[in-house]
Amino acid sequence: MMMCKEATRLMSLRQDRPLTFQERLSLRLHLSMCSACRECDRQFTLLHEAGRRYHPEHDDAEQDDDGH
Amino acid sequence: MNEKEDRLQRLTAVRPRLVSFALMHLRDRSQAEDAVQEAMMSAIEKSENFAGRSGYETWVFGILKYKILDAMRAQKRHGRWQPLEDEADDDAIDRQFQRDGRWQEDARPSRWGEPEAAFENEHFWQVFDACMIALPENAARVFSLRELMGLSTADICRELDIKENNCWVILHRARLRLRACIEKGWLKEDTA
Repeated sequence: MMMCKEATRLMSLRQDRPLTFQERLSLRLHLSMCSACRECDRQFTLLHEAGRRYHPEHDDAEQDDDGH
Repeated sequence: MNEKEDRLQRLTAVRPRLVSFALMHLRDRSQAEDAVQEAMMSAIEKSENFAGRSGYETWVFGILKYKILDAMRAQKRHGRWQPLEDEADDDAIDRQFQRDGRWQEDARPSRWGEPEAAFENEHFWQVFDACMIALPENAARVFSLRELMGLSTADICRELDIKENNCWVILHRARLRLRACIEKGWLKEDTA
């Protein structure tokens, strides 16, 4: 069973590269059972988005391709 | 007003944002000011190169990026960086988790609400900046290059001469630290 700390590693990783099938599966399973990690996942995504807002370049940058 | 004056005015207006952007990467006020100075000079000199496809400010930020990368390379060359492989700063992360890998009770992430609401909140950005500055230097550098500048981890590794795996570890820690810091500074204060 994957624990929260490891789950946050995958949440972070998926902001930087596509997860493998196995990684996606185990993360999804963990998130379905853990509300704290679901919040953490939203926070990481928000941080990613905040970085993009930090300067105007990203307004017309290439579209986010990791699907969230 | 002619175009030249208009651009000068826009440069002056965007300058504080340029400085704070450079500061996130360089973590040195005077180096950040220098990089911005150079970017502004080169924006003025090469004004005719601005094609107008994107906004003028965007174009200037694009110039600044290269000045920042140059300055970062110089910092690294002059040995002003801690070793990037140093992984001794794990405490702050470990404090968020129990020994078995579950969240510590007092570190469990809570709801931040809608991203748009956060982005429109001035206080959110103050906390974001403060938490960025509070990050350990290497974490801040890698995070800034990845999330503020939008480089891929492959590019960052080439730039900083580290392994990609190392990059992911640093980013994981940076994000955990940032989220904890922002939650403390923003949410708790906001609801108080």
